[in-house]
Amino acid sequence: MDIFIQQLINGITLGAVYAVVALGYTMVYGIIQLINFAHGEVVMIGAMVAFTVINALAGSGLPPLVVVLIGTGCAIPVCVLVGYTMERLAYRPLRRAPRLAPLITAIGVSIILQHLAMLVWSRNVLAFPQIIDIKLYNIAGATITNVQIVIILTCILIMVALAALVYRTRLGTAMRATAQNPQVAGLMGIDINRVIAATFAIGAALAAVAGVMVGTYYGIAQYTMGSILGLKAFTAAVLGGIGNVPGAMLGGVVLGIVEALGAGYIGTYTDLCKISGISDWLTQRCANDGHFVLFGSNYQDVFAFAVLIMVLVFRPSGLLGERVGDRA
Amino acid sequence: MSARAKPHAFVFWSAMVLIVAVLIVLPFALTQIGTTWVRVTNLALLYVMLALGLNIVVGFAGLLDLGYIAFYGIGAYTYALLASPHFGLHLPFWVILPIGAAVASLFGVLLGAPTLKLRGDYLAIVTLGFGEIIRIFLNNLARPVNITNGPQGIIGIDPFRVDGFSFASYQKFFGLEFSGPTKYYYLIVVLVAVIIALNLRLQNSRIGRAWEAIREDETAARAMGINTTNLKLLAYAMGASFGGLAGGVFAAIQEFISPESFVLVESIMVVSMVVLGGMGNVWGVVLGAVLLSFVPDILRFTVQPVQQWMFGRMLIEPEVIRMLLFGLALVLVMLFRPAGLLPSAVRKRELAERAE
Repeated sequence: MDIFIQQLINGITLGAVYAVVALGYTMVYGIIQLINFAHGEVVMIGAMVAFTVINALAGSGLPPLVVVLIGTGCAIPVCVLVGYTMERLAYRPLRRAPRLAPLITAIGVSIILQHLAMLVWSRNVLAFPQIIDIKLYNIAGATITNVQIVIILTCILIMVALAALVYRTRLGTAMRATAQNPQVAGLMGIDINRVIAATFAIGAALAAVAGVMVGTYYGIAQYTMGSILGLKAFTAAVLGGIGNVPGAMLGGVVLGIVEALGAGYIGTYTDLCKISGISDWLTQRCANDGHFVLFGSNYQDVFAFAVLIMVLVFRPSGLLGERVGDRA
Repeated sequence: MSARAKPHAFVFWSAMVLIVAVLIVLPFALTQIGTTWVRVTNLALLYVMLALGLNIVVGFAGLLDLGYIAFYGIGAYTYALLASPHFGLHLPFWVILPIGAAVASLFGVLLGAPTLKLRGDYLAIVTLGFGEIIRIFLNNLARPVNITNGPQGIIGIDPFRVDGFSFASYQKFFGLEFSGPTKYYYLIVVLVAVIIALNLRLQNSRIGRAWEAIREDETAARAMGINTTNLKLLAYAMGASFGGLAGGVFAAIQEFISPESFVLVESIMVVSMVVLGGMGNVWGVVLGAVLLSFVPDILRFTVQPVQQWMFGRMLIEPEVIRMLLFGLALVLVMLFRPAGLLPSAVRKRELAERAE
């Protein structure tokens, strides 16, 4: 089996999910320059709601695809409601406050959502019922599952639909206008509050879909899953250029690939036994064991943060972003 | 603090004497209820130290740091590695504590240097990532060479000891009974007092004013000839060193540490303390830290019996209620009292201006 291609496939799948979550961050940031810290928790709630529904319908004999679709259909309105409520109560009153203020409320909202979810769904790791028969397909010496194919296709579909929404509809035009200059957009007759609420709602709906995808892909959900996922998706958004919709998609996929390849290869490349000639002690150790791996794949999560820090230091505007000057 | 705020000298000094007297008697009073409460107080005082350290970064210099607990962890691990059977090293505590503070401030500069150009929310996320990286390393540096002993943590850490005098053991002086926690309490109170004094002096010093200028408007500050690079690094280094110091004390008191103690939630808890108390106001931060660090224990002693009595069993764990309260506190404080319970004079003025 070709490890490179395999990790590439895994990376693209993961990256597609990151991209969908990153869209939520980037749209909100593009419009009101707020890092919606609680966005990851919305993804988690989406996964949890879907879990409950899928679990309830697992024995009903409906075809698996329909069950997952019903799960998603239930997760979306719940997440949209959560997204809208949080914008209304925690962010809207602070729109004119110093920028640290909404960030701090966002952290608060994130803690509240996480622990409410814990009360509802317990602190255990919840295992999704195995209703989908996993089918394996061979591509160039690697395998891809039907779940992975569905995830990638869904993500492409979502991205196309979102691009159409942002660049082809009246709402999209209003969103872009608000992002450019809220005051002037308001003078042109755009109801800014409605546009912002709509942005949050769309972001939350995407988060719900992403939650279902993550849940079915890994087969598990837990109340803590949102924060790290959110952080990675945020990294993806920054990588692509925050506020930039195509950038978020690109950033997500790139980050997914970097992470998967990094996790796949870091163990091989930090195996000091490759250079065991340089010291006697090392040679001895390697004679016993054969491997002396400095960093194994358990450092996977470090990659995302390292990428984030590097991007912010060397190219804060991201891959596709314009110069934002003072903003970063 | 302007001249206006200065109370009459007599009132001031009698208040001081009263506070000191209360602080001296406190552990004996608490021992009457139970030694646990002295322990709880010690941990609360450590949180005061942490909050004061973070206040330098967030409150004075205006750099939101969401990975602050990493420095606490670095200090704790420095102490643990240099004074435990893990490496067989047993250096005395007055040697390690400064080392821990220095190592933490070094990491503070390491975090600060690449993020100098970042502002506000970006910085917050990067610091959060930094905190997570440190935690991942603490968790995984058990292989191939066992440095941190991974998730199991390090046990058997030395308590503070000076010759034959150990802070951990029970002793009798002048007919008064001193338990281990009581002795630590006095040590920590002195440390906290020193840190408070340092903070107060810093605030009105040249450095403190420069930080304030950077917080208000970095570009303008640079134009006025302030070396923003060095001063921001200094803020990180100083904030981190207090965290490292507190971490060392924590390791010695607990005699056991593991990466579990240095998770994101703890960082957020310290941020909540600073925000609730009032960013930039030393006394506000102390108040915030004291209030929030007693919450878990007060909840344990109230929520549990109340739930038992009402429902016959425990429905919601105190831990969860604590986190919900923290989250709610962050949101409500920002919405209704954005400058905190005891706002700093400058913040108050600033917020009043924005509101117009």
